[in-house]
Amino acid sequence: MVNPQKKIRVLIAKAGLDGHDRGAKVVARALRDAGMEVIYTGLRQTPEMIAEAALQEDVQVVGLSILSGAHMTLVPKVVDLLQNAGMENVKLFLGGIIPDEDKPELEKLGVTGIYGPGTSTQNIIEDIQKACQ
Amino acid sequence: MPVTNPQAVIRGERLAVTRALTQVENNSREGYKLLEELFPHTGRAHLIGVTGAPGTGKSTLVNQLAYAYRHSVEGNSPPRIAVVAVDPTSPFSGGALLGDRVRMVDLAGDPGVFVRSMASRGSLGGLAGTTAGLVQVFDAAGFEIIIIETVGAGQAEVDIASLAHTTIVVEAPGLGDDIQTIKAGILEIADILVVNKSDKPGADHTLRALRNMLALAHPLPEDVQHHGTLSTAAPADIEPETGWTPPVLATTATTGEGFQELIAAIEEHRDYLKSAGEWQIREEKRLKNELEVLLRDALRAHWEEKIAPETYQETLGKVIRRQITPWRAVDILLEGARL
Repeated sequence: MVNPQKKIRVLIAKAGLDGHDRGAKVVARALRDAGMEVIYTGLRQTPEMIAEAALQEDVQVVGLSILSGAHMTLVPKVVDLLQNAGMENVKLFLGGIIPDEDKPELEKLGVTGIYGPGTSTQNIIEDIQKACQ
Repeated sequence: MPVTNPQAVIRGERLAVTRALTQVENNSREGYKLLEELFPHTGRAHLIGVTGAPGTGKSTLVNQLAYAYRHSVEGNSPPRIAVVAVDPTSPFSGGALLGDRVRMVDLAGDPGVFVRSMASRGSLGGLAGTTAGLVQVFDAAGFEIIIIETVGAGQAEVDIASLAHTTIVVEAPGLGDDIQTIKAGILEIADILVVNKSDKPGADHTLRALRNMLALAHPLPEDVQHHGTLSTAAPADIEPETGWTPPVLATTATTGEGFQELIAAIEEHRDYLKSAGEWQIREEKRLKNELEVLLRDALRAHWEEKIAPETYQETLGKVIRRQITPWRAVDILLEGARL
């Protein structure tokens, strides 16, 4: 119609039971400043809540923040639920304390990017922009 | 992006609904075509607007209100509820942080509820340019109640009143003195006034100030003690302008206190609108407003296509050098586009 607008929409979710969301907020803020629309879900989200929010918000990207060490159980569930909801094209990014030995399996599951402590937000922004082209 | 099947939207299939919302929000050609198909199926939902200053607890109130609708209507099946929550877009980066879902966790997992966040994308007035379009999608998809939460509004973000059937203005204790209550603007659009956070100190004062403000605008019959006998005295010299006096309610959204009363007031307002013929008047106003907004946007886009960027820059330069006035510049730019 008149002027079409398309923005990258990102869901930032704190999965699982740990209550530390400073990292998630820093990333959310950085993505906002990069011109993206960031939907922030708050703490203690179950995989079901995350998949439901991703569907309702029709995001292209889900950024999961997991500091509890439960990533090997949470990530496969989120991937499954997104697929069941018909959201299989969503790009999944993961932030938190993720041991190197878990990374190959997570990547096999379809995680696009994994970021540990000290990652520059500029890296994350560029990776998301590239993944959404 | 392929065109979403309008029948799937009308059947309320969630994936189709969410894709339709995106296409409409992005002002895309697909979204435009979709609205053409969906429009005949709209006009059934009750549109409830929720507005108020930042920090008054609008999102928490919407969470509680939707939850109360889903859990307290006994007997018949509860209404399906859509929420459109608008948050501001940064004028600097064009990005937005949409945080209303943080307060709406109680609605997660309920297939009868659909929450969609949207960024204002440069629009003033408290809503986004395509909020009305998103509401049409939800309406066509069979959601019976659509709650629209505006951005944290100051005094003059009153667009919601021309979109919603019932506008709830949310206040909280401690946000200004009595004089704020008689200023023009946001309080004037309220069909229902809510003092949220009513467990906080000062809530009584805020309730009283709002009731006094309303008493000036809608004089009510007063109970008076006259020589020991109770009689009712109607203010004789002032005619009430409409048949609806906005109720002032107290709620505490964090605990759910006051929400049965709020739902009762919303239903009373809907019944009033329907019985007084106001519903039809509001529908007409709403569609007229929507048409005018679309027309204005289309005219501007049409003008932007016609005007040469050099002419625009040159004219702007003349204004900046104070060679011509901004009013003269508008004339030049309109002539230059030859619409």
